[in-house]
Amino acid sequence: MIAPIPTKKNPPSEIRVRVLRQNGPGEEPYWELFDVGYEREMNVISVLQKIAAKGKNVDGKKVAPVAWDCGCLEEVCGSCTMVINGQVRQSCSALVDRLLADEPDEIVLEPMSKFPVIRDLMVDRQRLFRALQRVKAWVPVDSYYNLGPGERQSTKEQERAYPLSQCMSCGCCLEACPQYNKIELTRNEGETDEQFEARKLAAFDEAFVGAHAISQAMLFNHNPTGKAIAGERLDALMGPGGVSACGNAQNCVAVCPKEIPLTTSIARAGRATTFAAIKKWFET
Amino acid sequence: MAQQRVVVVGGGLAGLAATMKLAELGAQVDLISLTPVKRSHSVCAQGGINSCNDQTRQLGDNEWKHFDDTVYGGDFLNHQPPVKEMAFWAPKVIDLMDRLGVPFNRTGEGFIDRRRFGGTLYKRTAFAGATTGQQLLYALDEQVRRREAEGLVRKFEFWDFLGPIQDETGRCRGVVAQDMVSMKIEAFPADAVIVATGGCGLLFGKSTMSVFCTGSAASRCFQAGARYANCEFIQVHPTAIPGADKLRLMSESARGEGGRVWVPRTPHDSRAPKDIPAGDRFYFLEERYPKYGNLVPRDIATREIFDICVNEGLSVDSDRMCVYLDLTHIPKAELDRKLGGILEIYEKFQGVDPRFEPMKIFPAVHYSMAGLWADYAKSGDGGLLPGSPRNQMTSIEGLYAIGECDYHYHGANRLGANSLLSCIFSGLFVGPSIINYIANQQGGYAEVPSSLTEAAVKTQQERHDKLLKTSTGDENPYLIHQEMGDLMTRAATVVRRNKQLEEAIGHIDELHERAMRVSLSDGGHWTNQNVIFAKSVQDMFPLAKSLLHGALLRDECRGAHYKPDFEKPSLTSEEPVERRRQAEVWCDEFEANNRKFLKSTIATWDTNSNQPQMSYEDVDTSLIPPRPRLYGLVGAEAIEEVWNERAKAKADSQQTATSTH
Repeated sequence: MIAPIPTKKNPPSEIRVRVLRQNGPGEEPYWELFDVGYEREMNVISVLQKIAAKGKNVDGKKVAPVAWDCGCLEEVCGSCTMVINGQVRQSCSALVDRLLADEPDEIVLEPMSKFPVIRDLMVDRQRLFRALQRVKAWVPVDSYYNLGPGERQSTKEQERAYPLSQCMSCGCCLEACPQYNKIELTRNEGETDEQFEARKLAAFDEAFVGAHAISQAMLFNHNPTGKAIAGERLDALMGPGGVSACGNAQNCVAVCPKEIPLTTSIARAGRATTFAAIKKWFET
Repeated sequence: MAQQRVVVVGGGLAGLAATMKLAELGAQVDLISLTPVKRSHSVCAQGGINSCNDQTRQLGDNEWKHFDDTVYGGDFLNHQPPVKEMAFWAPKVIDLMDRLGVPFNRTGEGFIDRRRFGGTLYKRTAFAGATTGQQLLYALDEQVRRREAEGLVRKFEFWDFLGPIQDETGRCRGVVAQDMVSMKIEAFPADAVIVATGGCGLLFGKSTMSVFCTGSAASRCFQAGARYANCEFIQVHPTAIPGADKLRLMSESARGEGGRVWVPRTPHDSRAPKDIPAGDRFYFLEERYPKYGNLVPRDIATREIFDICVNEGLSVDSDRMCVYLDLTHIPKAELDRKLGGILEIYEKFQGVDPRFEPMKIFPAVHYSMAGLWADYAKSGDGGLLPGSPRNQMTSIEGLYAIGECDYHYHGANRLGANSLLSCIFSGLFVGPSIINYIANQQGGYAEVPSSLTEAAVKTQQERHDKLLKTSTGDENPYLIHQEMGDLMTRAATVVRRNKQLEEAIGHIDELHERAMRVSLSDGGHWTNQNVIFAKSVQDMFPLAKSLLHGALLRDECRGAHYKPDFEKPSLTSEEPVERRRQAEVWCDEFEANNRKFLKSTIATWDTNSNQPQMSYEDVDTSLIPPRPRLYGLVGAEAIEEVWNERAKAKADSQQTATSTH
């Protein structure tokens, strides 16, 4: 249960916001301060909206609005992840009154550090989605024609699958993971778009796949039809950057906004890959 | 046959369903979306997806009744052939989503569990917790990722659709889109184009919709010549959580699982809700609508909540309008299992646990029944002709619209849990139609003349550059958007009055002119969100204007469009003969009104005057004759009696006519 939002007796008239900005990839990051008029029931999204509408920093200088990504504003789309007062989370569910109760002086906003910055608080999470391809996170159905219902499933099975299926690819688990390191490549001279893209994907595919993707692999390995390619998913998790790259820091599960049992998935994946490896060893 | 290429704009349920189906049929798909498709607004759908099912069938339900509920709930403005087809496909759609791995809630025996939604008496709604939209979207996203891995789909995420490319005959030959990171503008030649870009909640400033639901993509098609239909029909959802940045949806499933709406009988009763005894609580929906109770259709629930706060002064809080939505009588374990997702939203954003304290909610703009006009070919049995190239095609040849941005499925009011169905259905159904359309065309995507694509890119580049260069402008796009939202919310949501609409039309014209003079605070060429937003604000105006004009012209009450000055009164007499006479008059007026207004509103955009041109078109009501929607009306029985007699007489005379021929 969540404690009620502290209602401040004397709310400030202005909130000080410190933003780590960056004009583009490869450019030097810099801090910029903003003052925003306080209102009841604000979140970090409405703070950033006000900054955009105002278009001026704390010195009254006209500046470009802070770039950031957002979508649903109710913590189901995963867009608006950033580091707020040192913690990775969604900015929509970061309520200003709570932030001020913990830290009355200012709100500090930074982009996630594990992904290349596109601009300001916006980062490129392509690698996160690529990992879902890497572990074949889908049910390999025959076709999209009408072939009747899927298999009957017990309530227990549904209740095991549903929490894993709520993963919104927000990236919190990756930001918190000591084993997940930023990959930021720049285009070589004379390299075409396609060549650069291929080199980038190859780099992604060798690095740690991440807790979110391991968990998705387990979700589909336990689906009645999804398990048809369970072996292929385990192969992906046995390779370099697979489940063995996990250092068991358990930060992922602590920061997951959907409270997905990520470490349980990782443990399961660890066991399954070990069995698969032994089995392979006997077969060869 | 040459390789076919289709551009799909929008990666929500409809766009993804179409993409995966087209990929299966062998077409190459370029999928363009302004957000990673997994983050599309469909994730916000909570409650579920409707179909008749084995259990309801044994209680007398069937596809036809689902069809009937949908058109009755939509006040007969729905086009019936597509709705019929959709209702008959519904069980198959749910079977498919089940096979794709959607974790639908299960019964003890392992069957898909169902709950009841508004506007029906059957438990038709399949659900995955209270995040059904998210779960359905993820299943489709996974299939599209699979096709992407196979090389059949190319995704262009963080790309903004700027407009269709049309050749000299008007046929759509591709699209122009802009990379929102590098800002480069490019042409995507195609054999056919689908827009699946959802609704336009941002016309109202704050709504339950995601920040990118501006309607600008539909507007860009509209401005390019596509017709826009039923513009004035916007659904205001009865239950949302008021917020500073957004009005967050509180799903109808809360009422489907037994949630009760009430207010204290004493205005602003200061007691805690749990201390207010039953006798002092006003369960106004249950009292006024004994048959449907808390599950009346959305337009009715919305008006009642609005009325109880605005006209009766019974809002729970004195400083803002809200009513209680109460789940506290339901065991916590059951709530967690069936509604966990939405209860967490309330908890996270309001800091109150709705399992123990009633939620405070108020209506919010939620869904656009309006959309791009789209065609269909009717089959012999009254449904749709599968594979006809006409299905879902807009008035621009080769340009298709599906999902929330088409117009024909939900009429004047959408029933809960029907939108996920119409999105997936239209997405799947359009696939073969497009393949057949392409097969009959001369000149494929590879033969689109470069002069055509270059000219289209140039037009968009000029618009973009002009916006960046305008330093003389004095208007702030964010503030213009706020003003527009306030204006639209005041004039065109729950209650509409002609005087207010006329004023709003004058005001919106002025705002539109100001929006064309915006000055940007960012003149840069890298990830410039400022200019993208400014363009979408400008493009919201054609839809806002059409909405206001459509609302002004429609002097009646139909579904979500409610004008109290034209409301048909309840029967007043208790005396049987007089009551019967009143019912006759009521039915006469109803029929006269239908002759005038049971029509689709059609808007076309006039670029010279910057105004919509309005006209009307007949609605296909050939399968289920329109009848009065009588939820909760005094004298409903008398009216129904007269109506049934007339309907029977009509049917008999038709039969006699056919048998004598």
